[in-house]
Amino acid sequence: MRSAIPVENGDTLAALRGFLKMLLEKGVVDTILVPMMTPSGAVTPGLVADPALIDAADPLAPVMGLNAARAAGPVSVREPRGRVAAVLRPCEVRALVELVKLQQAATDDLIVIAVDCLGTYAVPDYEAMRVDGGPDRDALLKGLASGELPPQEGYQLRDACQMCERPHADGGADVILELFGADLTARIPISLPDDLANALGLAAAEPDGRRAEVIEKVVAERTEVRDARFAEIRAQLADGGVEGVFAACVCCHNCMTTCPICYCKTCLFKSPVFDHDPIQYLSWARRKGAYRLPADTMLFQLTRLNHMVLSCIGCGVCSDACPADLPVARVFRAIGDELQREFEYVPGRSVEDPLPLITFREDEWSEVGEER
Amino acid sequence: MTDDHFEPRIIAFLCNWCTYTGADLAGTSRIQYPPNVRIIRLMCSGSVDPTYVLKALLDGADGVLIGGCHPGDCHYQSGNYKARRRVIALKGILDQAGLDQDRVWLRWISASEGQRFADTVTQMVQFLKEKGPNPMRQEWAV
Repeated sequence: MRSAIPVENGDTLAALRGFLKMLLEKGVVDTILVPMMTPSGAVTPGLVADPALIDAADPLAPVMGLNAARAAGPVSVREPRGRVAAVLRPCEVRALVELVKLQQAATDDLIVIAVDCLGTYAVPDYEAMRVDGGPDRDALLKGLASGELPPQEGYQLRDACQMCERPHADGGADVILELFGADLTARIPISLPDDLANALGLAAAEPDGRRAEVIEKVVAERTEVRDARFAEIRAQLADGGVEGVFAACVCCHNCMTTCPICYCKTCLFKSPVFDHDPIQYLSWARRKGAYRLPADTMLFQLTRLNHMVLSCIGCGVCSDACPADLPVARVFRAIGDELQREFEYVPGRSVEDPLPLITFREDEWSEVGEER
Repeated sequence: MTDDHFEPRIIAFLCNWCTYTGADLAGTSRIQYPPNVRIIRLMCSGSVDPTYVLKALLDGADGVLIGGCHPGDCHYQSGNYKARRRVIALKGILDQAGLDQDRVWLRWISASEGQRFADTVTQMVQFLKEKGPNPMRQEWAV
């Protein structure tokens, strides 16, 4: 059902908090996973049980340090569990969908509340902004309405956000806060299941119809940026190869640790598989003349590409986490784009789409392996 | 080793039920094929982790051959279909990452196809001789 959350005195954030509070007070859920402002002002996902603490919830804070699907998995994956509402950005919803398919999250007792997203800043930028008087919230709300976010002087949206062609909430969510194209100082359009609307006492309200138009505009702009960055990184890959692009990798595995979907508890690269005898290193060094250490740096990157690229939903936290400032997310997105197309797979679209590497059709690629 | 005497090194991951047995048949049938292939027996082509292939290539193997049962013949019903998807993904990634995807061959060779195994190895050695050594053999910084 389409409805709207009324906004009083132009205070959008208070209205959003009121909506979340109501979910707890009416007993719809036991807890809410939502970006929270810590007492010191940083923003982090928090699981809120006490409605009074919803006053610290800040679902519109334009910052992304980690992908909250990583937090939604552990609170939902198995019984016994509470009923949780998770307030997520579109890329976090997509990551959650992939995690469900990888059996690392479950949506059975989870209400996914997806929020249209105009883009986020990296943590260091956001922290600097806070010292600087904070991000311009009015500009952000106007930007959601118009689809144009004038850059805040001295700061840039995260690279992944600049090239995000899926900034709007669509599949995979139970509730959608339809922020694009709406005058959020008057009301917040929302789409939600009828029974939930009834429980919350929200009446049907027709959307004003500008959302699709604004989404189209934002998507077109970001797709253009995306394609330019794809062309750039593909040229680099064609020129210097993956070993050129990742040459400065320090093998810290931060990209793997922050990736919301890279979940293996028994990861090959955390195992002793690559702990070799000292004499083995000597042998390698003699054979090639020299041997890069830590060993298997490029193997790590290529293996992660193999394991993750078909499910890469483009949140870009890998790039933010890279101490060498490598374009990890660009590489994953560019290579992923080609491969996802070949396998006709859209990561994060639906839990119904099987993961490409665990499914198959007998009648596909039938020429492969038959060459004579 | 100079380039005029370049002998490619091929790592072959062969499924126990079809291709490995096919290779065995080539041997017991006294079919000649080049000795450039180092065979590793696995229970199924579906158990070839792409990491094995990558490790071999990054450490300088000139080619990697993955051998499995023909579609429909997998001892475990579907391992070779899954291997097919994995190899397609792997080759796509290698290609876009600026590495030689054509050094990786996937072939269906049954237990009765000793001749096909010998032919495949012969063709692959010929192909790799023309292509030249894997540049990764000399690259220390990978």
